[in-house]
Amino acid sequence: MRRNGTSTKTMAAGTAIKPITADAAQEITAQEFARVVEVHRPQIFRFLLASLRDVDLAETLTQECFLKAHRNWGHFRGDSSPMTWLMRIAINLQKDHWRNRRMQFWRQTRSNAVDLDEASEWLPSGERSAEQKMLAREQVAQVWKVVENLSERQRTVFLLRYVEERELSEIALATGLSEGTVKAHLSRALGRVRAELRGTR
Amino acid sequence: MSWDNRLAGEAEDPVLEQALKNFKASVDAWSEAAMSRPRTVKVVRHSWRLAAGWAMGCVLAVGSLTGALYERQMRQEQARIAAAKAAAHKAAQQRLAAMEQVSGESDQDLLATVDSDISQAVPAAMEPLAQLMDEKPAGDNGAQ
Repeated sequence: MRRNGTSTKTMAAGTAIKPITADAAQEITAQEFARVVEVHRPQIFRFLLASLRDVDLAETLTQECFLKAHRNWGHFRGDSSPMTWLMRIAINLQKDHWRNRRMQFWRQTRSNAVDLDEASEWLPSGERSAEQKMLAREQVAQVWKVVENLSERQRTVFLLRYVEERELSEIALATGLSEGTVKAHLSRALGRVRAELRGTR
Repeated sequence: MSWDNRLAGEAEDPVLEQALKNFKASVDAWSEAAMSRPRTVKVVRHSWRLAAGWAMGCVLAVGSLTGALYERQMRQEQARIAAAKAAAHKAAQQRLAAMEQVSGESDQDLLATVDSDISQAVPAAMEPLAQLMDEKPAGDNGAQ
């Protein structure tokens, strides 16, 4: 989605297309951004929801993420995919949120974060027996328990990998870590999930 | 899962893989349900009241603290003044007592000096007559 800074393109045959007006360029930019929002909003929201376990807060931060992206859309150079760029903004917003909460411990902040049991209740409505559902719910609860106890960075990396199914290189770009560090975080997180699952087997 | 570069151990454990799949499916279901839920608009009211309450509370706390400090300082000042007064009073009493003692001694000395200066030995009462008798010439007796 690399956008050209110039408004005139020369075709291979040498015929120049008509330069577009500033209004038309703006319209194209707005349409592009609207498309980006439409495609990526659910993913950004899902990532923030899994990170924060708070629907209202996830919605607020998703809005802020796209607001920030809209303001900086002109500076987006296309070095990474829009999704990676948006995810990076979302991660920074999430970090800012936690930092602000730590700094403003005196402020009356109402948290709507749901507990692990409630989060584990969500399962896709598929063709499953009651036993399979119970087993799946138990596994989900165990993974949530591990995720809750991971460090902020490990949790982010874990969720990007196993919920958003991002490649290691994308996770590295989004988090600003090296691929080696991402692998190390994932390996530790997986080890803890495995240990938690073994504990109840 | 269709990752290009799987981590060691990701595909080795079927239970782990199943748990991760279930976890993702659960988050997906929750996210979809949350996105499609009816939105409620929260109106934050009386935020100014909260701010005013905080401000009032801060003013009261600072006022109480300042009052208490002022009161304490005043009491300390009063105690210091009272102690200074008592010390001055005691010193004055001691000075007065010393002066009284000194002045008592000097009065007695003065009286003794005056006595010694102005007092004379009183002659015997009949001595002048006795002198006169001794000085009577003998001729006077023969003429009678």
